[in-house]
Amino acid sequence: MGHLIPPSIMPYVLPVVYAVVIVAVLPLLAGYIVLLERKVMADMQARLGPMRVGPHGLLQPIADAVKLLLKEDIIPEKADKFMFWFAPLVSVTMALLAYSALPIGPAFQIADLNVGLLFILAISSLGIYGIVFGGWASNSHYSLLGAMRSAAQLVSYETAAGLGLVSALLLAGSLSMKEIVQAQYDQGTWFIFSVPVGFFIYMVGSIAETNRAPFDLPEAESELVAGYMTEYSGFRWSLYFLAEYANMIIVAGIATTLFLGGWLRPFARWHDHFPGTSLEFFDVIPSLVFLGAAAYCFWLAPKQPVQIQKLVMAAFGGLCLLLAVAMAVTLFASASVMAAVHGAFWFMAKVIAYLYAFLWFRFTFPRYRFDQLMRLGWRFLIPLALVNVISVGVAIVLKQEFGWPPFWAMLVMTIVTLSVAMWLAADDEKPEPLLQAADTEL
Amino acid sequence: MIVNQALFCFFSVMAVVSAILMVTRRNIVHGAVFLISTLLATAGIFLLLQAEFLFVVQIILYVGGIMVLFVFVIMLVNLDVSLRQVQFNRQKYVAIVLTIVLAAQVFFALWIARNGVNLTNPSFKMPARNTEAIADAIFQHYMLPFEIASILLLVAMIGAVVMAKRRV
Repeated sequence: MGHLIPPSIMPYVLPVVYAVVIVAVLPLLAGYIVLLERKVMADMQARLGPMRVGPHGLLQPIADAVKLLLKEDIIPEKADKFMFWFAPLVSVTMALLAYSALPIGPAFQIADLNVGLLFILAISSLGIYGIVFGGWASNSHYSLLGAMRSAAQLVSYETAAGLGLVSALLLAGSLSMKEIVQAQYDQGTWFIFSVPVGFFIYMVGSIAETNRAPFDLPEAESELVAGYMTEYSGFRWSLYFLAEYANMIIVAGIATTLFLGGWLRPFARWHDHFPGTSLEFFDVIPSLVFLGAAAYCFWLAPKQPVQIQKLVMAAFGGLCLLLAVAMAVTLFASASVMAAVHGAFWFMAKVIAYLYAFLWFRFTFPRYRFDQLMRLGWRFLIPLALVNVISVGVAIVLKQEFGWPPFWAMLVMTIVTLSVAMWLAADDEKPEPLLQAADTEL
Repeated sequence: MIVNQALFCFFSVMAVVSAILMVTRRNIVHGAVFLISTLLATAGIFLLLQAEFLFVVQIILYVGGIMVLFVFVIMLVNLDVSLRQVQFNRQKYVAIVLTIVLAAQVFFALWIARNGVNLTNPSFKMPARNTEAIADAIFQHYMLPFEIASILLLVAMIGAVVMAKRRV
């Protein structure tokens, strides 16, 4: 195989293959995250969720995709045709482009830029144009209001989320995604334990940026029908949908890389800290997880009501078994292969955990009102993020100049940040003097 | 190098064509779209010069930040009214003279440099990690000007807020 490819284009082959795989797999992944969302929602509301297409609704995403592709494509008469056509493409292109710098495990990355994190942030912030132009081109009030809400929300929360990321960047000392994970390995801790406040700020900011509940005002059904997507149907609508879920995976990937240790497994350096004891059984966990899933599928298979569903369930079980075997085989392969495959497993596991938290919030918190959203962003999160950046800086100085142990430096400064947060929250509870003044004038 | 030249031609043509389209569109939102593509093409040229930090900052600040606010404001404007207004300036002859002078300057500069400079293949090499180099320059060599500039911006921002909230 190697001699078939001229050496001049050899360095481009692997990234192109990864890019094709990502573009091909992502829509499927997004579909299954939608299924996960519906199943989790059903579970939290004591329902069953989709059960008809495939066993336990496992083929529902494919049915949904086919339905969306076959639906009529409607362009409103008074819409701006070119922009209406162009806007969903912007959203989905930018969402997919951002994956080019995201490391899924130590080996699977299209390009390791030395400004990787900034690149991802820059590209994913362009997705807003798809929403804004789509809302404008529809020539409908609901769409326009949804788009404007979305723009205002994104501009407000991008600042807070970015400052939340800065606190972890100060510790990592690099903008390259790989080096950030390496820094967490070297320091022997995930940055969520060093800067929990930064993680919290980024999490809230990322929910707002992806327009998810409780910050889903741009598509609030009770007020705006479907927000910027109101006039869209069929394939164009599904492009927006794909972009939204791709963006969710992107923010989860950023949070995983910066705060949750990227592809590192839990207790990656237990050996060095506690020589003699071993936690190597963590390497077996990926196999066990897939083995458990396979056993569950095989146990469920005979209970399905229809013959074909039994077969499909057994096929899913076989797939899980195959993955379990693959994970087990890599244990005996060379160290770099094992690091690549298991790294990808841990990365995806953390991304899915982060996404699960997104779903959990959606079914737990009621939607914010617009002025509450703005107040939370500008008067609580941004000041808190600024204070957090300063206190992380102070902690680093305490460590480097005064020789404090990193744990105590971080603990003291986190307590300082939290007390500022409590003061900010208490200050926020007071009635707003400006509004009162306006009331008396009117 | 052929790839570099092709990319340079692509980005520069895109920048110039979108800039022309930006000023000739009657619809202000279409103008904004072409301004965005001009800025993106400029960012691409920065990347071609291996200034990846400048590339990213160009996108984050201009395209992702300032232009979003522009578009936000444009959408608050009643487009039907602005479409009926005269959108092109009448000072045609002054503009033509200025354009000819500017074009002469550009062609003169290109003529002088016709043998010396290869536009698509910069002879200098950027340091591999020029993000750190920029940080060093800003926060060590040019610390004072940088801080003065940030304070000026802060003052301008507070001033804008105070003027907007005059009633209180």
